[in-house]
Amino acid sequence: MDTQQEPRKTFVVPIGPQHPALKEPGHFEITVDGEIVTAATVRLGYVHRGIEKGVEQRNWAQAMYMLERICGICSHVHATAYALGVEALAGVQAPPRAQAIRVLVAELERVHSHLLWLGVAAHEGGFDTLFMYSWRDREMIMDVLEGLTGNRVNYSCNVLGGVKFDVDDTQADAIRRAVDFLEPRTHHYLKVVTTDETLIGRTRNVGKMTFLEAETLGTVGPTARASGVPRDIRVDSPYAAYPDFPVKTITATAGDLEAKFVVRIQELFESYRVIREILDKLPAGDLAVRVKPRVPPGETVSRVEAPRGELFYFLKSAGGPNPDRVKVRTPSLCNWGSVLATAPGHKLADVPMLIAGIDPCFSCNDRLVTVRRRSTAETWTWAKLRQYGIEYYR
Amino acid sequence: MGNQSLLQAIMNPLRTWARVNSPFAIHFNSGSCNGCDIEILATLTPRYDIERFGIKLQGSPRHADVLICTGPVTRQARDRLVRIYEQMPDPKFVVAVGSCGISGGVFQGCYNIVGNLADVIPVHAFVPGCPPRPEAIIYGVVALLNSLKQPAPKAPDAEAVA
Repeated sequence: MDTQQEPRKTFVVPIGPQHPALKEPGHFEITVDGEIVTAATVRLGYVHRGIEKGVEQRNWAQAMYMLERICGICSHVHATAYALGVEALAGVQAPPRAQAIRVLVAELERVHSHLLWLGVAAHEGGFDTLFMYSWRDREMIMDVLEGLTGNRVNYSCNVLGGVKFDVDDTQADAIRRAVDFLEPRTHHYLKVVTTDETLIGRTRNVGKMTFLEAETLGTVGPTARASGVPRDIRVDSPYAAYPDFPVKTITATAGDLEAKFVVRIQELFESYRVIREILDKLPAGDLAVRVKPRVPPGETVSRVEAPRGELFYFLKSAGGPNPDRVKVRTPSLCNWGSVLATAPGHKLADVPMLIAGIDPCFSCNDRLVTVRRRSTAETWTWAKLRQYGIEYYR
Repeated sequence: MGNQSLLQAIMNPLRTWARVNSPFAIHFNSGSCNGCDIEILATLTPRYDIERFGIKLQGSPRHADVLICTGPVTRQARDRLVRIYEQMPDPKFVVAVGSCGISGGVFQGCYNIVGNLADVIPVHAFVPGCPPRPEAIIYGVVALLNSLKQPAPKAPDAEAVA
């Protein structure tokens, strides 16, 4: 007989990769003691497609269409970051009207993304009514985006050196009407998330993250701003037309899930204001300048503010028709740490809300990272990378 | 023997009726960019409301009749996709949503892509588009259901719709 006391048993709850809560594959292992979470890990990579290597096989113009499809929700910011980077390398600047239209579409995209998130986060909390309402209202923005660009998702509005389409008066009026409709609705949603007893029970003091924790974990975007970290690329390092149409950083101090709701909803008002301002003061001029198919050698960094936070692009050209290296760092990846760090101590039932709280986008963050010593550094060929993929997932 | 065929003659139309009027669908993303996924979710919401056709999106493959798949198949998601497909009870149907599911789309030739959906599991209906509109997705699923009403359902050799 073993007289030794058995160590306290813990139970690991595997979630995913296919699970009803999130629409994208990701695998979580939540260690629980009874109902309380004691540790959490995430395993990503189910939608790793090899985009960064894939764009090296395409020319500069084709690469943009692939990079747009890193993420279907924020496709425009990916294309904008890439286009701004390539324009910097090529030494050209898109005309002011093109930059304003880029910002206009970016803000419309932020509105659609935040309304989408509001619905999904409410759905995770069991509040399906809010999910249905916010998605119904989001269709207004989808109509506008479709009217502007011809597609509801993956708008493909950028070209290297400018944008593809103009905004005429009919379209401007349609956008104004949509924004006029959405503004009172958004006020209503702000009231709902701050007064509805049931939702507050799921969000207030859940997933609390202090200013210091948010800084240490390197969070970005609304996740950081909900903890009071004033981090917004549109303000810190304005790009495209943001110097002419400045935005205000929205922050909150509580750092819990409720603060994340409030920050994102208040950002909507800021987006509505910028959209109206751009429509009123749209600069006249050309839509695009010519960018030569061969981009001069050089390296550049391009940063933009995606709906989820800072999006970082590193571009390297060797002077050829293809990009030599494109490195993408997406905001979802930066924010994962905050979920894993705040989950312990919460109930298992809060975990879906905590995961939804950072507005995760799995298709954004599944990239290959290898850490190597400088002495053994080597460049991986296409064939070797392919073989590595085959063996890794065997 | 005579009794059995009589039973079948009664039961088969009844089964088809039940199958066509309340299919449970499951959604799996095997490497998509998320664009098709948000359009599939949009079909549930008030403007499109796929539930008026009796179609319900739910979580477990063991309760599902229709597998709605998005994206090309990545090496890591392939095993999961096959596992989910095998967990579904017969008869089961697969709808591939989006250009990537049809041909690999923009990701064709990437090193971590196994191929399109039809390379991995049998697909009954394809809905093209990048991403397809919610109307197209609904049309694809309804076209699949209508094809089941015919006395002899077609073999799982893909039939293009929309």
